[in-house]
Amino acid sequence: MSDAESPADTTTGGDGGDDPSFEPDEPNTGESFEPVDVFPDSDDFDLRPGADSCYKCSTCDTNCPVAEVDDDFPGPKFQGPEQWRLTQTDDDYELDDSIMDCSNCMRCDSACPSGVPLSQMHNTARGRYVDEQMSKLSVEYWRNRILANYRTSAWFASKVPGVANFAMNFGPARWVMEKTMGITSEREFPAFATETFTEWWAARGGAATSRERAREARERLGESVDADKKIAYFHGCYSEYNTPGVGKALVRVYEHFGYEVVVPDQGCSGTPMFANGMLDDARRHAEVTVSSMRDLVEEGYDAVASCTSCSMALRQEYPELFDIEGIDDLAASTFESVEYLRIHEGVREELAAAEVDGDLADEFAYHAPCHARSQGLDRQAVELFRDLDGVGIEDVGDSCSGISGTYGWKEEKYEKSMAIGEEMFEHMDDAEGETGMTECPTCASQMEHGTGYEVRHPMELLEAALVE
Amino acid sequence: MAIDSEVLVVGGGLAGMTSALSAARAGADVRLLSYKQSTLRHASGLVDILGYAGDGDGPLTDPYAAIPDLPTEHPYRTVGESTVRDAMALFDETLPTYRGTHTDRNALVPTHGGTVKPTARYPASAAAGLASDDRPVLLVGFDSLVDFDAPQAAAHLEAAGVPFEARGVTIRFPGDLRADAKVTRYAKLLDTDGDVSVDGRERSVRDALAERVDAELDGEARVGFPAVLGDDRASAVRAALSESLGADVFEVPMGPPSLPGLRLEDRLFDALDEAGVGIETGNPVVDYECDRTDDGPDRIDRVFVEKNGARIPYSAGQYVLATGGLVGKGVESDRERVYEPVFDCHVPHPGDRYDWFETEAFGDHSFARFGVATDDRLRPTDADGTVEFENLRAAGSVLGGYDFAAEKSGSGVSIATGYTAGRGAVGVSP
Repeated sequence: MSDAESPADTTTGGDGGDDPSFEPDEPNTGESFEPVDVFPDSDDFDLRPGADSCYKCSTCDTNCPVAEVDDDFPGPKFQGPEQWRLTQTDDDYELDDSIMDCSNCMRCDSACPSGVPLSQMHNTARGRYVDEQMSKLSVEYWRNRILANYRTSAWFASKVPGVANFAMNFGPARWVMEKTMGITSEREFPAFATETFTEWWAARGGAATSRERAREARERLGESVDADKKIAYFHGCYSEYNTPGVGKALVRVYEHFGYEVVVPDQGCSGTPMFANGMLDDARRHAEVTVSSMRDLVEEGYDAVASCTSCSMALRQEYPELFDIEGIDDLAASTFESVEYLRIHEGVREELAAAEVDGDLADEFAYHAPCHARSQGLDRQAVELFRDLDGVGIEDVGDSCSGISGTYGWKEEKYEKSMAIGEEMFEHMDDAEGETGMTECPTCASQMEHGTGYEVRHPMELLEAALVE
Repeated sequence: MAIDSEVLVVGGGLAGMTSALSAARAGADVRLLSYKQSTLRHASGLVDILGYAGDGDGPLTDPYAAIPDLPTEHPYRTVGESTVRDAMALFDETLPTYRGTHTDRNALVPTHGGTVKPTARYPASAAAGLASDDRPVLLVGFDSLVDFDAPQAAAHLEAAGVPFEARGVTIRFPGDLRADAKVTRYAKLLDTDGDVSVDGRERSVRDALAERVDAELDGEARVGFPAVLGDDRASAVRAALSESLGADVFEVPMGPPSLPGLRLEDRLFDALDEAGVGIETGNPVVDYECDRTDDGPDRIDRVFVEKNGARIPYSAGQYVLATGGLVGKGVESDRERVYEPVFDCHVPHPGDRYDWFETEAFGDHSFARFGVATDDRLRPTDADGTVEFENLRAAGSVLGGYDFAAEKSGSGVSIATGYTAGRGAVGVSP
């Protein structure tokens, strides 16, 4: 008797036992049968219910961009529920090292018709693999750790952007990096801005200035000047160090709609760390972010991110991987920057009446990042901008760009990354526009690398269309 | 505020996509919300209307002729035969790569199990494989792709009495993909005509595959492969193999995950995109709010999409429920009852759950016909037959009153009711 309590007075059904009235062929409808929850919902990260939900339809496998180009990669169904089950039956089970070939695109999540938390399983397994099976003295470990902690390198580089921009793309140095560290010399490092986003923000007067501008906008819009419209901006590492123009555009667009912006203390979203199995590093950063953001959320702020991997991390990976006070409330209050305006403002109507001229009056080849897809946001840029006068936009299809953050930077994965990206490059080439558009900074760098196109963020186009 | 549109379709399968398309073609601003990816990738890619009558009689020659004899609660009876024809015309116009439009009669298509399925439409990739064709067939399987056993399928076809000789061989796929390589891996390799290593030499995969099959060919005029012959460039892959082999090449539809299903999904997606439909996937619709009226049914004001604890509001004037049946989770059950989880529409079913099924595995289970009941405009009705919501229509397998698996009517019902619901939502009566 495995799934029922033995009833106090057994008269019929339930346990067979010595009960002479027990009929194995008869349905057990006895009132005395009391089913119990053997695997009750628990607060820890028990992956069993998810593994049990998998009925092996293999839809996840057909969505895996890595399995499509590499038949040695056993695919998400194995990496997730199947491997999880193996770890339960054998204490000495060693995780298959192919877990490091998963690029953490998370497409399998939105593929699964059964709600199996595949990416949570992959993140958990990868963390365990790196913890228990990867040598902490190996070049791979340190290479991955350095790549995963991009924020740290970027922070140093931003202190001396001129020197960093030269040194990071200096041929001989890159040759050495490839040979000793396994960081591909095929790619160009992104340029560091001479002024970071937060330097600009502070010089502009920070939250006080933003409040002022938001109040002016509300007055212009005929809204109550004291309206409760306020967001906490999660800029992420890339808008901070590499493309502060995206962050500035976001601030101006939100102020245009009457929102006060604050920029709280924040760490890295953790995305590159999850992808490299560095869960301790990710947790350290998450603690910084959650502790500053949860108080704001409590005061009625919503968190808004301009990078779709950052919003994905705060929304989904944080509550799936960490148990930190306030993490669920933060997840439920986090939005992607365009999505938030679609929900709360008449941005579609306003864009339909607007017109763009100048630099951004262009044809765009738009690529939806995988992490935007998982949040259901893969079509919003096309939907909004196709009615905007002065610009054209074309979706270049549902393929993955192939870079997946740090993945395509690894020497041994470079070819695979480019093979995955091939479909997107071809479709970009076929598209009318010769300027790219995407929400994800690493997808943007892959688009640039594969086609030579300049790549813009939707916030920049919103700014050009709506902000004087 | 809420994300607004004129028509909101909940569900991204064949019914949801068809209703979104027909509403958009009629001029409406349409949005489609799908919790997960379309279940079309589970489907064979064959589009049936009616293969067997309600009493199991069949295979039927003419599906349309059998509609008037179906039970009155059957969705085909609700929309009527001429609407089924109009809906199929929309499908045919949207999917020019499908065959079978020249006749009302069912085609007979061999499946990967070696059975013959009656179907109204089939992808061009299956055309050379029809069972009504008397030319001999060579079926080719790959040893690493265990879902298709070609010798067994061939033997099964012959045992079924097809009017042609069928022979099956199993070969090694050039390049020796590993045993659990995904169907998308085969398709991608053939699409890009990538290089594979054969006897230490790099060869184009299409050439290498044709060479291996050619060695097995014994004058057969047509060669059938498991349905992994390319994705985006499937017709080019077939043409290249046909030319090398000097025989017609066709695909045998497979179980899930299925490339022909994926291709159908992609073509429908392109049609929706062209028609300007907004599409959002990845998160479920979990709740709704409605305006109560004193006289007449309630009116749905908005629905809520759940995203990691946040509830995102979507509003529309008209709604279509196309969330699927018991498999698609548009109809759910527990120990107490059977229910429709989004709007809690009434699902007729016996009170005692032991009356939901028969003892025999292939018995006439009543659960197979569970789903919402509707008025003649496909609006769900409660236990008294009263319309539940003035602005909600249902389409596809969330509807009750038919057993698509036994009848082979899943695609046709989805297309016909999707078409009716979509046009009804914009005020066009079909």
